[in-house]
Amino acid sequence: MDDLLREFLTETNENIDVVDVELVKFERDPNNAQVLDNIFRLVHTIKGTCGFLGLPRLGALAHAAETLMGKFREGAPVTTEAVGLILRTIDRVKELLVELENNVGQEPAGTDDDLIAPLEALAFGPPAPPEPAPAPQRKVSVGTLSDQVLERELLPGEDTLDEIERAFREAEAEVPRPKPVTKPAAQPAAKAPPEAETKVEAKPAPKAEAKAPVAEGDEQGGSGKGSVSSQSLRVNVDTLEKLMTMVSELVLTRNQLMEIARRQGDTEFKVPLQRLSNVTAELQEGVMKTRMQPIGNAWQKLPRIVRDLAQELGKQIDLEMVGAETELDRQILDLIKDPLTHMVRNSADHGLETSEGRRAAGKPERGKIRLSAYHEGGHIIIEIADDGRGLDVARIRAKALENGLATEAELEKMNEAQIHKFIFHAGFSTAAKITSVSGRGVGMDVVRNNIEIIGGTIDVRSVLGRGTTFVIKIPLTLAIVSALIVEAAGDRFAIPQLAVMELVRVHHKSGHRIERIKNTPVLRLRNKLLPVVPLAELLGTAEPEGGAPGVEQGEQGFIVVMQVGNQTFGIVVDAVFHTEEIVVKPMSTLLRHLSMFSGNTILGDGSVIMIIDPNGIAQAVAHSATLGSGEAAGIDAERASGKGNAVALLLFRAGGAEPKAVPLSLVTRLEELPVEKIERATGRQVVQYRGSLMPLVPVNERIEQREGGTQPVLVFSDSGRSVGLMVDEIIDIVEEQFEVTLASDVPGILGSGVVRGQTTEIIDIAHYLPMGFKDWFHRRGAMQGAPERRSLLLVDDSAFFRNMLGPALKAAGYDVTLSDSAIAALQLFERGAMFDVVVTDIEMPHMDGFEFAGRLRRDPRMEGLPIIALSGLCTPEAIERGRSVGFSDYIAKFDKPGLLEALKEFAGIQQEVAA
Amino acid sequence: MTKPTEAAGKPADTIQYVTVRIAGQLFGLPILSVHDVFMPERTTRVPRAPRAVEGVLNLRGRIVTTINMRRLLDFPDATDTLQPMAVGIDYKGESYGLIIDTVGEVLALDSSTREPNPMNLDPRWAQVADGIHRLESELMVILDVERVLSLRQGAMAA
Repeated sequence: MDDLLREFLTETNENIDVVDVELVKFERDPNNAQVLDNIFRLVHTIKGTCGFLGLPRLGALAHAAETLMGKFREGAPVTTEAVGLILRTIDRVKELLVELENNVGQEPAGTDDDLIAPLEALAFGPPAPPEPAPAPQRKVSVGTLSDQVLERELLPGEDTLDEIERAFREAEAEVPRPKPVTKPAAQPAAKAPPEAETKVEAKPAPKAEAKAPVAEGDEQGGSGKGSVSSQSLRVNVDTLEKLMTMVSELVLTRNQLMEIARRQGDTEFKVPLQRLSNVTAELQEGVMKTRMQPIGNAWQKLPRIVRDLAQELGKQIDLEMVGAETELDRQILDLIKDPLTHMVRNSADHGLETSEGRRAAGKPERGKIRLSAYHEGGHIIIEIADDGRGLDVARIRAKALENGLATEAELEKMNEAQIHKFIFHAGFSTAAKITSVSGRGVGMDVVRNNIEIIGGTIDVRSVLGRGTTFVIKIPLTLAIVSALIVEAAGDRFAIPQLAVMELVRVHHKSGHRIERIKNTPVLRLRNKLLPVVPLAELLGTAEPEGGAPGVEQGEQGFIVVMQVGNQTFGIVVDAVFHTEEIVVKPMSTLLRHLSMFSGNTILGDGSVIMIIDPNGIAQAVAHSATLGSGEAAGIDAERASGKGNAVALLLFRAGGAEPKAVPLSLVTRLEELPVEKIERATGRQVVQYRGSLMPLVPVNERIEQREGGTQPVLVFSDSGRSVGLMVDEIIDIVEEQFEVTLASDVPGILGSGVVRGQTTEIIDIAHYLPMGFKDWFHRRGAMQGAPERRSLLLVDDSAFFRNMLGPALKAAGYDVTLSDSAIAALQLFERGAMFDVVVTDIEMPHMDGFEFAGRLRRDPRMEGLPIIALSGLCTPEAIERGRSVGFSDYIAKFDKPGLLEALKEFAGIQQEVAA
Repeated sequence: MTKPTEAAGKPADTIQYVTVRIAGQLFGLPILSVHDVFMPERTTRVPRAPRAVEGVLNLRGRIVTTINMRRLLDFPDATDTLQPMAVGIDYKGESYGLIIDTVGEVLALDSSTREPNPMNLDPRWAQVADGIHRLESELMVILDVERVLSLRQGAMAA
């Protein structure tokens, strides 16, 4: 009974899925008798089997649904309401099936009158013949084993018992259940392995089903459409897995034999070996095929989901599915199912507009979601496209800013595609309101993670008002991957090709060389600065002697440029050999905790090689970027000098070859203005910019006077006014640990430091702003009531930050006192100094910001004092901790607008009180 | 050693052990847990692996994770150039090799000569030892293969 029940559950679940799909189709095309027949037959099978297995609840439900469908067959009008009711019934059946599975064959208590009653009411409503008892419509000769449809229209009970019994016997006896209509079997059953068992999913059968939603009436014949049975065997997945493993072994052995034969030259083995090789290749292909399933299997539930969504959201949605027959490994299929479902839901909910919205936009009322899949060079590409409203760049930008994912200046530099990518960040939902369908901010990041786990990538294209397309690229199989074999510190490793973007040869003579910023190696690659890490260092296999590990090899080796998610980095290896198709084998339990490896394999030469996990490496690289240099130089020393803080700097040239820099966070925009647009007014250069006149100030007298072309300008804005700083050339943006090592007396220059190994002057924005508007600072003062300048204490151990923020805060109208440590600041308070607001760094030597704030808060005089934390470390934990020790606000370093906003909020209240 | 014990009711209950030597000490592994004996060759080291893990190697198409028993048991690494041997073990469907110095004969021992671990046994050993057999000439430590392989990474690392 147990086996029987399990068989019933498996089969019924499959059937139910088909019914779902078919019903949605039927609703759209009520005149398609074939579809109706198919649904009818499936429901009937369920009903009959339930009677046989003694499942009265399920039986009654199926019976009621069947009765109503019988009415449709007789020509009763098909309404959305009726189909909805049947769909709900199907859902109930599903619930019952789950219960059944959990309770080992016990139907849960309860009744389904809530569904049965309306079903019956609909069935026996208007014309009301008491029982659906018309004559069978078709009698096909019953000589062959026929499907149950043929002699239907009976109430559940003894009459159908024989038939059901026979159906079960067939299923159990591993006899391929033939269909009345022969359909071109997509895959000959011969491909199925011999030791087949009666179990789990049949390969070609679902394929046929999956085709059904796509194919439109391409099948002739009576009742055969989407039939469950076909020329197939059910094979236990384990059996297939085992076969796959064995074939992998065979492939590896073959590779070894071939290698030996090559070495031996002419031997009598050569010919039979060649044959063995060919047979092995074919066998491998064959077995691989058994694991392949059409992607349509993962799409099966979608039509129903979309239909329900459309009803719920009051939209009209067409779901188009193309390429359902595209095959991929079933393991991947399982993993991709949920992300796909989620994305289709998203498209229906966010992507498509309501009917009114579409009408207003001049589009057809019915929105379209198009799902397509195709093969492309060892990968499968899946596209989910909608013709909806498209991604709203402005909204994403605002949201990214709000969530602190990027600064305004960074956003300014990004193109639309880059901004679109923000939707893959955690907690990012631009849905204006949260619906029950989506918009909870979990989703796209989870989708991206799931796809990346299987070595895939996801991308998005969108045109505002025209629609959005997501493109997913995933490998066909996880079992065999193409990998690059490299060597580092004497060991060889395999790197999955999918993660490798390019190879760069490093040689002191070639164009590419590794440069160092202190101890951190970087590579200049097409105007991008790439962090590079020697592989041996990541793996801890670098030879300890010889001072700096990996350097020697690094300067002579290869850099494998990898991209994982949105992280691009290079790993330095000593040698690159070739690419090889490798069979990924799991590592033993003892080694599975090693995140750097995803498995191991045997190469053609018989040796074992570890397979690098790009995700693990990416994490390690990120980690070494934050810790690596600290480890090398001693974290304390590092901190004390304030070098632990990476700053995004905009590098430019202005008068002279040496680069100049300005913290990117201060720059509002970068512009290339046509020279002829620059005018002179009242002895100054101005340009019409965004509807008003913007004064242009040269960085110094030495910058080139341009006659034509464009003039690069850095735009600084404050309080709605902008000043353009004219420079010769904008070089690059670098993120670097930086310190002003040499203070400067030259006006306009804060000092100089080393950026990318070159001495670079940091310009002082506070010097240039008043040159644009003479009243720049006065105006602020006047606006806020001059005598009421509030006092502000800025505590930061980094001279650079004090130098950068100090003038900026002064410019914003604060009386700024600077302190280089928390201890010195406390001493100020002890001496009786009072401030309106305190801004402090978190990471400082001796006493950090948390402790500092805690101490201040313990002093009753400081109870109402706003204390604002400034930190490069903006993790939720840190923010939480900051809140608990009494910070009024917690702002990311470099977020100058955020800081000013916070200051206005906290210090401003006091001002109003005072005013 | 087959002198009948007091409780003679029990049938003589013998277990066969594959004996191995690690740094001079005799160990016995229940023969049922031993899959094969092989010479570890062309071992690939695994970076970041626990210290006791020697590496991975290809044994007739299977990938075997080898464990250096000297390191696991806190002996110094072998200094002589003797070709080490490995005892192959299948554990939960995975292949492991315990690298030892030499493999000896197979002994059938009566469970009556087996003693529990002495209280004062090195805790590191006590974790993997399943008792001691008193042989005439020396003592044989019974290695519990399952316990060796289920040792957590921490224990492997030291």
